[in-house]
Amino acid sequence: MSEIKKFMFVNRKAPHGTIYALESLEVVLITAAFDQDVSLVFLDDGVYQLKKGQQTKGIETKNFSSAYRALEGYDIEKLYVEKESLELRGISEEDLLVDVTVLGRAEMGELMDQQDVILSF
Amino acid sequence: MKFGIVVNEGPYQHQASDTAYLFSKAAIEKGHEVWRVFFYHDGVNNSSKLTEPPQDDRHIVNRWSKLNEEHGVDLVVCVAAALRRGIKEENLAKGFRISGLGQLTEAGIKTDRLVVFGD
Amino acid sequence: MLHIINKSPLANCSLDSCLRVAQPGDILLIEDAIYAATIGNAFEGKLREAMGRFKIYVLQPDVDARGFTGRVIEGVSPVDYSGFVELTTTNKTCQSWL
Repeated sequence: MSEIKKFMFVNRKAPHGTIYALESLEVVLITAAFDQDVSLVFLDDGVYQLKKGQQTKGIETKNFSSAYRALEGYDIEKLYVEKESLELRGISEEDLLVDVTVLGRAEMGELMDQQDVILSF
Repeated sequence: MKFGIVVNEGPYQHQASDTAYLFSKAAIEKGHEVWRVFFYHDGVNNSSKLTEPPQDDRHIVNRWSKLNEEHGVDLVVCVAAALRRGIKEENLAKGFRISGLGQLTEAGIKTDRLVVFGD
Repeated sequence: MLHIINKSPLANCSLDSCLRVAQPGDILLIEDAIYAATIGNAFEGKLREAMGRFKIYVLQPDVDARGFTGRVIEGVSPVDYSGFVELTTTNKTCQSWL
């Protein structure tokens, strides 16, 4: 498959309360295997997916947060977080478990406009 | 144009599957091609042949099957999401097939537009 | 780009976030998002304000289903499913704000 498209995955939902974050991560990993240009965006409650120190033992669910650290190994290095989404939730870049690029609202909008395929779950 | 459709929610619980179907039907009527519908998350429940809605209600599963039969729309159910929710070959409705997540990525690559319906 | 919203703005921030982040373009309100386009709802002011930057469409069958036929804010354009398809073809990409 020679055609390379710009895929953006927009994550707007918090983890654990619903399965969306986990299953969306599964698509991201597959898409990377197709050698596409992959970006991940964390917006609104989606930023909670990247919160450090998640411990799911007590709720008996899979702690998939470590998988975000593994993304680099799949050549997925474009992780974007919207600045206001962090601010509105009282958290900062230091609270996140991976390195991300923090974008203002306009920059985020521009990035979205540059994509070929936008998937949201 | 060639369309890919993603359905992320189950039938009857959420309007997503209805909207996705009516969108697909309209696209076909306008002369476009709906190349593939990919069912993900609870959307895999759209493929159960055990579905029995009351007689005076629409049959969401059969409606999708018919789209496959009459227009060759490829109805793909995500294997990982399906197994988690008890959907297997043995209870799969006509026209649906179970396959990997790569089919979703492929739909993104090969179609002109990918439209997502969910919660 | 076409932005598709399906939640009531009084219950969920997806429309608000879209208006905050998105670059000028088309917005289509479907399913429960149609309430954003009804006269007198608390979000009306914000939607009117956004009309300068965005062209706002509403899926008419969803308006009718919810009992708001004839009570949609002026300047919001009604479309049917065929019009919905049209919007996805005239825009290069579409994003569902789920």
